[in-house]
Parts: sequence; C-alpha cells; structure tokens
Amino acid sequence: MTPRIRDEDQVRTMTLEAFADTIVPGEKRSPDDRAVAGAAPGGGAVAAGALELLEWDATGLSSGLGEFARLLNGHAQVYAAEHELAPDESVPPFVALPFEHRTALVQRLTTPGHPEKEFWVSLALFSNMAFDSAAHLHTADALAAGHPGLIAMGIELPDPDGLWRFPAYSYGRQLARLHPDTTPSGSPA
Amino acid sequence: MTSTERTDVLVVGSGFGGAIAAYHLAAGGARVVVLERGPWLTGNDFDHDFKLGSSYTRAFDFTVGDGMSVLGGNCVGGGSVVYFAAMPRAPRFVFERHGSIGRRMWPSAVSRDTLEPWYDRVEEAIPVTKQEWSDVSYAGGLWAAACDHAGRTANPLPSAIDNSKCANCNWMMAGCRFDAKRSLLFNYLPGALAHGAEVRPLHEVQHISRTDDGDYRVHYNVVDDEDYRIQAGSGTIDAKIIILAAGAGATPVILQRSEATLGTMPNAVGRYFSGNGERLNTAVLNEDKVREVLGLSRGDGLAYEANQIGKGPTVASWDRLDGSLPEYSRFSLEQLYFPPGLGTILAQVPGATGPSWFGVDKKELLKRWRSWLIIFQMTEDDNEGVFGPPPATGNADRISQQMLGVGRLRYNPTANTLRGWAEADAEVKDILERDGLAEVAAWTNDVVGAYTVHPLASCRVGDDPDTSALDDRNELRGHPGIFVTDGSAVPGALTVNPAMTIAALAERAIPGIVHAAQQRGVNVTYGAPSPDGATSGRQGAARLVPTLLHR
Repeated sequence: MTPRIRDEDQVRTMTLEAFADTIVPGEKRSPDDRAVAGAAPGGGAVAAGALELLEWDATGLSSGLGEFARLLNGHAQVYAAEHELAPDESVPPFVALPFEHRTALVQRLTTPGHPEKEFWVSLALFSNMAFDSAAHLHTADALAAGHPGLIAMGIELPDPDGLWRFPAYSYGRQLARLHPDTTPSGSPA
Repeated sequence: MTSTERTDVLVVGSGFGGAIAAYHLAAGGARVVVLERGPWLTGNDFDHDFKLGSSYTRAFDFTVGDGMSVLGGNCVGGGSVVYFAAMPRAPRFVFERHGSIGRRMWPSAVSRDTLEPWYDRVEEAIPVTKQEWSDVSYAGGLWAAACDHAGRTANPLPSAIDNSKCANCNWMMAGCRFDAKRSLLFNYLPGALAHGAEVRPLHEVQHISRTDDGDYRVHYNVVDDEDYRIQAGSGTIDAKIIILAAGAGATPVILQRSEATLGTMPNAVGRYFSGNGERLNTAVLNEDKVREVLGLSRGDGLAYEANQIGKGPTVASWDRLDGSLPEYSRFSLEQLYFPPGLGTILAQVPGATGPSWFGVDKKELLKRWRSWLIIFQMTEDDNEGVFGPPPATGNADRISQQMLGVGRLRYNPTANTLRGWAEADAEVKDILERDGLAEVAAWTNDVVGAYTVHPLASCRVGDDPDTSALDDRNELRGHPGIFVTDGSAVPGALTVNPAMTIAALAERAIPGIVHAAQQRGVNVTYGAPSPDGATSGRQGAARLVPTLLHR
C-alpha cells in the first residue's frame, strides 16, 4: 500500500487498520505494509477482518469511522509532538507512529477517565471480536476458510451439519470431596 | 396510538419472574398478556454461530454502564434461554445479610427455611436435578481436581439440563439447539399459553400510566425483528394488575420513566443495584502439570485443552460459603465457560508489564485459549449500583443492531466489594497457581467496568420503606397493583447463581398477586399444580399461602 494517492477513504482505512493491529497485532501483508506494524507472527485483527466488521452497519460504528480516524490522527499528532517523534507525512499520523507508541497512545485513550474512552473501547471491542469470534462471518465458514483468529485460538471444527458436539467431555470420576454441608438435592445448606 | 385493549394482568418480560407469574395467573383463570422486548426463538433458531445477527446476538443484551456492564437475556424465556442452567439454592447466611444498610436486608418473613417450599416448587416445575461426576465437563473436573489438590472441596452444581440430550457443545449462551436446557420454553411458558396467556415478542414497554377508572395503562413500542434500533410501532394495553419482570437492568428504568405519570416512586427504585458480586478470573493451564500434578488425562493424549467442551459451569467450590465468616468474605468459586466475543477482551495477561488486555502478549494468551479455565466468583457486593435518568426508550441507547447498548447504571465499588474481590482473587490464585499448575489473572474492570451476568436488587423487597421499593409480597410501595417479580426484587448478592432464588421468590409472590387481582374484581384463583400437573410442590407450599394474602 503506497500512500501516494491518499484520499480520505485511504486515510481512514489505514488509520483504522493500524488501530485494529494495535489491539491484536499481526504480521505485515506485504513488505511495504505500513498500517500493519508486523509486531506479532501470524494474522492479527486486520487479517481477521476487523475492517469488514467495523464497516458493517450492524455494529453501529460504521457511520462514525471517518470521525474515529480523524480524531485518532489528531491524538497521534499531539502524541508525536510530545515525544518529539520525527514526522512522516507519507502516511496518516497514527500509522506513522512506531508500534510501541501506537500501543502507548491506545492505552492512554482507553484509560478510565479519558473523555473519549467509550469510543475507543468500542472500536477495540469490535477489533478484538474480528479476531476472537469473526463476528462478520458464519463461524463454520470462517473456520473452513482458515480464519486466522479462530484457528490461532484452536477452536474445534463443527460436525458436517455445522453444529458442535463433544461425545467425550468428562474425566468421568469423582475428583474432589463434596462440601460437608451439601443438601440431598446438591445445594449449599 | 390510542387503544382500548384491556386485559386482567399485564406481565412485562418473560424470564423467570414473568413466566412464573403468567403461568399461575393464567392457570387461575385471569386474562394474561405478556409483553417481551426480545424475539421468540425456539429449537432450530438457536445457532452455533458468532456472526452478528445469529441467535447469539439476538437473544442477548449487553448494556455498558459507568463502572458496571450487564449481560442479560433478551428473548421470550429471558435469562432462562441464554443462561447456563446452574440452579443452586442460596446458602442460609445470605438471608441474614445486612449489606450496606446496617440491618437485615431481606424481609423478616423470608429466610432459607421459609423460601424452601418455594424452591421445591421451582425444582419440580423446571425440573432441577443433582449432577453426578459423570456429568461434569473436563473443565469442571479440572477445577475439582485443583481444589482437591489444594485441600478444598468441590461440588457438581445442581442444574436444569437434561443430560441425555446434551451435546456438551458449550453454545448455551446462544440458546440450546438440542432442547437439553430446560428453559422456561419447556415448562412455565407452555403452561401459561395452554391456559390462554398471550405472549407478544418484540414489545418493549416504556412506561406505565393510570386510566380514568383507576387501572393501569402500559405503553409499549414494537421493536424491529432484526434491527432493534428501529421502532415499528407503538400501543397501549390497560390492565388491573401489572407484573414487572423486565430484568434488574430494565424494570427500574420503566418505573423511573413512569414517575411523571404515576407519581413519586419509592426511594429504592433504581438504587441498591447489585452485580451479585461477580468477577471472572482466567487461568492458563500448564498442560504438563495438569497431567503430572493432578494426574488428569482425557485418554486421547491430551491432559486438558478442553476450554471449548462442556455445558457452562459444572463444578463450584463452596468452602467460603461459611456463615461464620464476616460479611464480604464469603463467596463461591465456580468453573465457567465464557465464549469468545462476549468477554475474551477483558481477560488480562497474567503478570503483564505492558498493556494487559490487548496487544502482543494478549494475542499470545488468546493462542492458548484451549488451555483456559475460567473461574467465576460470586461474592457479596455492597448494592452500590444506581441508575441515572432513563434514556429516550428502553434501558439503553442502542449502538449495534442487537446486543450492544449504553445504559445509565453507575457502579462505584466500595471498599467492602473490593475486599471481597481481592480475597476471591487470592483464593483462586492459591488454588490454581500451586505447583505451577496455571497462571491466573482477573478480568479487567478498566474497559467496560465490572461485569455481571446476574443483575439484582434494583427494585428490591424489604421491610424498610427507605431501602426497599417493594413490600415483603413484592408489591411496589405506594402503587398498589404493581408487582415486581424478577431479579430486581432480590435484595442483594447471593454468592451463588441466582436463577433458583429469583424463581422461588416469584413463586412466593403469586398468592399475594392473585389476592390483589381478586380484590380488583378479576375472576382468578390460586393453586395451580406444576405446569406438568405434578402436585407435591403445591402441597409443600400450601401451609405458607395464607400468610401471604394479608398486608
């Protein structure tokens, strides 16, 4: 992704990708990937579909994403100035931040007491949901397609009918003494 | 908008409090209408799917507050459809709690002994059964073994699950596809329908007013089937008796909004909210130690790696349910499954030096998800939740088409609550970090506040008019004919899963409600058997009924 032609959509997408990548980091999609910092091996929130999820109006966030990106870049400019980071005008200001600084800024924005905390937490929630539950996809389809989050977590594949069943589920034996004050129906006395 | 529709009894909500009331009133001969905010889902509607728009998001509401977020059912059958069906009775000491008011907070008429016959009625109706060790999931067995290793006891939980149908899929929170969970869809609700009650899904009650002839008028909006942010109409129904059972996160909001038309509400409406003292811990197990220290093996080469397998909670440790301990030091520790999407983000990295709930280390934690063991603490909190002024409609400003909204609950945990959580955290750590079994961290309260799946007490029963909104028969003080029968009526944290107690308290409220209906000219009697016709529960409670008829 070369930032030569940076229209508003591209700024928005790169900024949100960089935010999602801060929540669940992943490997770069290509050597010149700027939004994804490459801070962790394997796909992260972006590869898991964070942008697809955020752009879906069912989340209730899609209409505000441009504003999120604008605000985040504003915070990034202030942050960069505070830390005397060299500006890089070829990418949006949040994308220009090195990963550890993106992380520190997201920590600041999501700390209790920050006036915009609610917004950044909701953006983080959906970024994480793209990875841990692929909430924009049918779960069985996502697993079949090798969704990076569900696979990384080791979620089992369903039966052919798309339902999960675990015939083996129990160690099958008593593993502790019962509390002495247990009623015959199994409740605390 | 104008309507002359009338009924005898209008029930708001169809969870435990609503369904139990609807059944008994309908069976006794009253005309009953139930308005339920959520959809009516059954059997094949319950998806194994995390996609937004599946039953997982349609049947739930996740309401973010200031310091406390609340997860609650949002469908016909309410919490019973999405809950984990753990049905223990509350320990005896709970009824003697003083909490934040310096005196017993339960009404003098209610104790474990006087509630026992009502518990029996619920147990017969649902039914609730004792679980055997062979019913216990790997996660529950692991928790039991770890407790035993640390010198503690552990118990399989009584539950409302038909184990012969259970596939141990752990999709209970999306509703049970296999009809194994004995939700209200299988007992009280069909019983109510058989006796002529009418259940209307996607009807969200907004407020209550008075009619010229002294009855009540309930004002509702119709909610779009797919996008709950959209309202598809509105209407009113007049009734002689109102039973509010919209859940502890919604019932007080309806009453607050009704203050303009009904007049002053009792002080305790929307105050004294309890999150049941709930808190979660995640342990990440060392699989080698599970095998070596606890001697556990699944027989397929794995020791555990079974976070995904099971049926919610199956084992709890009750060693700290000891009435001789000081208040706020008593809690249960329950193995729990918590699915992705609804809280995984809150799990913190044990011993984190950087960010604890997101980032590089958190991703590594997620990669060990199969070896997670989630421990659910139910402690004694201080009833410190307070609802602010209600939003325009419902109990939240809806953000997403389903599930996610922002409510008005403020919860600033007191030193007592924090102490209880700290003691419970330490106990979990002591049990699970022994001999390198696991690393443990609590879920963060810094992202969406504390987190409860069992909201309680926001409109509670009691003897003291200043600190209880309801009298000891669940009638709203100063507003005769309005009763509250859901979790908001329970006075405080129970230290165990509350569904059984909510249901028993609702059963106990019925004779008084029937009596009030009779006084208003409704042709209704009390004394229906269990929905399946069984009568031993009715017999057991019969001697208590006369005491519940007079004020």
